[in-house]
Amino acid sequence: MVSRLARSLEKNWFEAFKGIGDNTLSLFDYFGGLALLLYQTVRALFRHRFPFRVFIEECAFVGVKSLNLILLIAVFTGMVFALQFAVGLGRFGLKIYIGQIIGLAIVRELGPVLISLMLAARVGAGIAAELGSMVVTEQVLAIQALGADPVHKLVLPRVLATTLAAPVLTTIGDIISILGGMWITIIEAGVTSRFYFDQIRRTVEVEDYFSGITKTIFFGFLIGLISCYQGLRTTGGTQGVGRSTTYAVVFSSLMVFVADFFLTKLFIIL
Amino acid sequence: MSVRRSPSGANGESTVQQMGGSGGERLSHPAFIEFVGVAKSFGDKRVFSGLSLAIEKGETMTILGGSGTGKTVLLKILLRLIRPDAGKVLFEGRDVVRMKEEELLALRRRVGMLFQGGALFDSLSVKENIAYPLREHFDHSEKEIGRIAARKLELVGLPGIEEMMTDSLSGGMKKRVALARAIATDPEVLLYDEPTTGLDPINTRRINNLIRDLQKKLKVTSIVVTHDLASAFYVSDRLALLYDGRIEFVGSEAAARRSRNPHLKSFITGEDHAVA
Repeated sequence: MVSRLARSLEKNWFEAFKGIGDNTLSLFDYFGGLALLLYQTVRALFRHRFPFRVFIEECAFVGVKSLNLILLIAVFTGMVFALQFAVGLGRFGLKIYIGQIIGLAIVRELGPVLISLMLAARVGAGIAAELGSMVVTEQVLAIQALGADPVHKLVLPRVLATTLAAPVLTTIGDIISILGGMWITIIEAGVTSRFYFDQIRRTVEVEDYFSGITKTIFFGFLIGLISCYQGLRTTGGTQGVGRSTTYAVVFSSLMVFVADFFLTKLFIIL
Repeated sequence: MSVRRSPSGANGESTVQQMGGSGGERLSHPAFIEFVGVAKSFGDKRVFSGLSLAIEKGETMTILGGSGTGKTVLLKILLRLIRPDAGKVLFEGRDVVRMKEEELLALRRRVGMLFQGGALFDSLSVKENIAYPLREHFDHSEKEIGRIAARKLELVGLPGIEEMMTDSLSGGMKKRVALARAIATDPEVLLYDEPTTGLDPINTRRINNLIRDLQKKLKVTSIVVTHDLASAFYVSDRLALLYDGRIEFVGSEAAARRSRNPHLKSFITGEDHAVA
């Protein structure tokens, strides 16, 4: 009886350690692959002629076609924040300061993170699904067989497009969000638009805007790279494409939050 | 069948002697393309274990074998789309496995591949698909690219469809457009991965005739991978049987029909104890 229990414990411990080991290896494998893709992307930028046409097409896909969604999310974010602050600050009779808080929160944190998450969901999923489908239909192999470099043709323009689009979309989103907040603040707090903007001008500094926007450059880059990586490592047919798409959104979103913490800390130190 | 290698020649080119089992043919001169002791596994699954095969310049060699025996992997190894675990793949005496990137690009320009599903770029038109390798390797003008695309489409019997999108093409048309793309750069070697799989008899005959025509008109060396015996006999100069990670037989159609190799016999007759 005792020996059976000991054997069972031993087996469970072995399984537990094996699980930890397997997960650690998978983690190294994942980040190793990501680092390799990053190296190949940077190398492709300098070694080959820049794929300008695909880059423009990707900018259109990432930027222009995401704009409506971003605008909608931005305006409602600003509005709901103004509503919440109207309730919270109203308890202390401080409704007139809504503009100050909204401006700072949106420019420093909410705008960059929310819009990057939207990019991860819309663009990241699109990139992973497109590249995943190309992998399972052997189109990526065909690119190689025709003497071209898939990283140069597929990854480089997409990563650059997301890196460029994220700060541009965030800037537009910040403005729309603040305008949405203004509308509700005027109704809820009874202030004028001039007063609202004066409040924001007094509180929000240029550094606040740049700290938010600089973060989105990293977020956009991470979303592009992770989504391409997930797409290119697709295996297992259409089910595999679905899996890659999900993982692309999950990992991109996760990395946006992780990077947000470290970048915020870095900017505070700097 | 056995493959014997004699010592490499002074210029680094190797000489092979292949004996295709009973009735197999015997070669004794430098090979144009040669697989030497190639081994490849995917995880626990061993695909090749010391596979050797030599292909002469200008011939059409068909590699026969059951599903999952690694025929497609062999083609991909030749283009180094997949790296073998061991062994050499010699193209005009140079080892593809050890080629630098520039050499590999030059090799891929000389070798065209028709993928099993066509692998056409579905976001591009027929013309843009054919133009893809041309833009990659040459500085042709748009006019010249258009002319080449039209000529290649005519060669595969599909004139005037340059502006169509690939998703509006039928299966047979896709294969022929893919073939037009594969021959866009006038390659010296053409690799066909299951060229007739999934096609109706008329399209099968069309593709088979195309393979023969291209060999006659362009004088290309062709490697065809298939389990379609009728096609294999129609298009091939020589046949090779891939079985259990090795080449079991190499020889002409007549030699194949005479062969007493049990696996080849099973493959040809389709008896119960056929190739796995």
